[in-house]
Amino acid sequence: MKRYLLSLILLGFSSISQAVLNIEITEGVEGSLPIAVVPFQWSAGIKVAEADVSAIIASDLARSGKFAPLPDKDLIAYPKQPEDVHFPSWRMIGVDHLIIGGVKQEAENQYQVHFRLFDVLKGEQLLGYSFAANRNSLRSVAHRISDHIIKSLTGLSGAFDARIAYITARQEPGKAVSYLLQAADTDGYNSQNLLTSSEPIMSPVWSPDGKRLAYVSFEHGVPEIFIHDIHTAKRELVSKFKGINGAPAWSPDGTRLALTLSKEGNPDIYILDLGSKSLKRVTKHWSIDTEAVWMPDGDSLVFTSSRSGKPQLYQISVDGDAKAQRLTFEGKYNANASISQDGKTISFVQGENNAFRIAVLYMDTGLVQRVTDGPLDESPEFSPNGSMIIYASQHNGKPVLAAVSTDGRHKQRLGLSDGEVREPAWSAVKN
Amino acid sequence: MRNYLLVLIMAMSLAACDQNVKPDDENGSAADGSNSGAQVGSVDGEGGDAGQALSVSYEASAINDANSVLAARVVYFDFDSSNVSGDYIELVKHHGKYLSANAGAKIRLEGHTDERGTREYNVALADRRAQSVKRLLMFQGASSDQITIISYGEEKPANLGHDEESWSLNRRAELVYQ
Repeated sequence: MKRYLLSLILLGFSSISQAVLNIEITEGVEGSLPIAVVPFQWSAGIKVAEADVSAIIASDLARSGKFAPLPDKDLIAYPKQPEDVHFPSWRMIGVDHLIIGGVKQEAENQYQVHFRLFDVLKGEQLLGYSFAANRNSLRSVAHRISDHIIKSLTGLSGAFDARIAYITARQEPGKAVSYLLQAADTDGYNSQNLLTSSEPIMSPVWSPDGKRLAYVSFEHGVPEIFIHDIHTAKRELVSKFKGINGAPAWSPDGTRLALTLSKEGNPDIYILDLGSKSLKRVTKHWSIDTEAVWMPDGDSLVFTSSRSGKPQLYQISVDGDAKAQRLTFEGKYNANASISQDGKTISFVQGENNAFRIAVLYMDTGLVQRVTDGPLDESPEFSPNGSMIIYASQHNGKPVLAAVSTDGRHKQRLGLSDGEVREPAWSAVKN
Repeated sequence: MRNYLLVLIMAMSLAACDQNVKPDDENGSAADGSNSGAQVGSVDGEGGDAGQALSVSYEASAINDANSVLAARVVYFDFDSSNVSGDYIELVKHHGKYLSANAGAKIRLEGHTDERGTREYNVALADRRAQSVKRLLMFQGASSDQITIISYGEEKPANLGHDEESWSLNRRAELVYQ
């Protein structure tokens, strides 16, 4: 109340000509399927340089880890229409799938983007769509096309036409640290500042409909949980109990938040009904209980507890009446779960001998597989389709975001150009 | 509008971060690093080295005396532990006695962890560190309404290095008189 150190910055999207996150694929291209993305044909003179649709699609496909787009220089032809495609030649160079398309201008700031996806071996078209776009939505349309292609070829629903929220910390010489909550496209473009504060911001998490973020902000000098509508920039302070207000997690239906409160003296997990504002206690234990996430059916939570002496993952019914079941047994530090949308896989942070890495627990077999190398990896979060895990890491001593395929084979780094970046959260859908 | 162009200042200016240390700590341990623990130890040991004896007084003004035992205001912890270890029990006791003797004095306990481990778990861990200090203060007669707690977890390191020395300086509870 007394201190409004915070400045709420309500911004539209920044210029699309700059990527805030630069993405670099660092590991693992073998095993990816060869695909050719022919540069799209633009009507004369209209090309929007910062929205090179076919290049965006090729980059998304590569980032998925499932595809290896042919470099432009290796393309043997530039077919514009289906009848221009000579399948035997593409077969000869070992390409399985081919994408062609174009962009037409319909009116001022009105474009039509069309594409076709071909199965080269069968010589037939698998997909063909066209989308309306304006200058600002061209990149989004490209991501949507990537999602269609990936869905068609792998069965995985799309993940690229989504938003990633993250926290950055910046410091100008001689000044205090400033904390920013930002959101960007999954390739780092179209960044948007949602909140700037001189006090820490933590734990952003998207509502299931992708319209709101819940997060922890210390802007009033104490940790409080806010819900922030990213379109209207309206914020609601939903939790300001004495002590910790932390680790918010949306229920799958978006009506409740699981959170960590220490108002009774010790960190425990509660569920806040966002409509009635009623609060229900889920855990009651002398140890630390925190970092709750919901199973997709909404019936139980997975959380971190130190009840065995060291942090481990547990599962408990949201009714709170049954005993918590321990899920992790290997290692002394297993924390901060993220659950895939099908509920079959849990990614988490595994710590051992000063190294903190991302690991994956397969719920059916109980097997744990480590998928990153550390040394300080944290905040894992599944992409909406479960094929990738985005996490916070360090590269050359500098904090970066990174992504790894769930099988650990493909890695990429999302480097931030202007500050320390942490705590990524991937929205399910873009709104 | 174009804040993201605001340059790559961050990594360059790590040194400036020391300015984050609370003013109350000017004599204190954050700057002196590991010395602080030794200093406190020497209070017990018959005043320690020549000429360096710290004064033990719980007069209201003692809080402004750089040579007071109350000048040390940081308690350090082991990894993933919230136990106040032997070295710091005496330090906390002095502050507890001061609070007990000065009912109008108020203190804020700020809990912190090092960067290892997960952020929200660290908030919980740092809260427990501050709670441990609070219990010791109250044991000496401080009242709970003299004490407020805030946990920052790993969000406000005192030292920005990525090695054990830096980490050991970051696993701390700071005693901040209001």
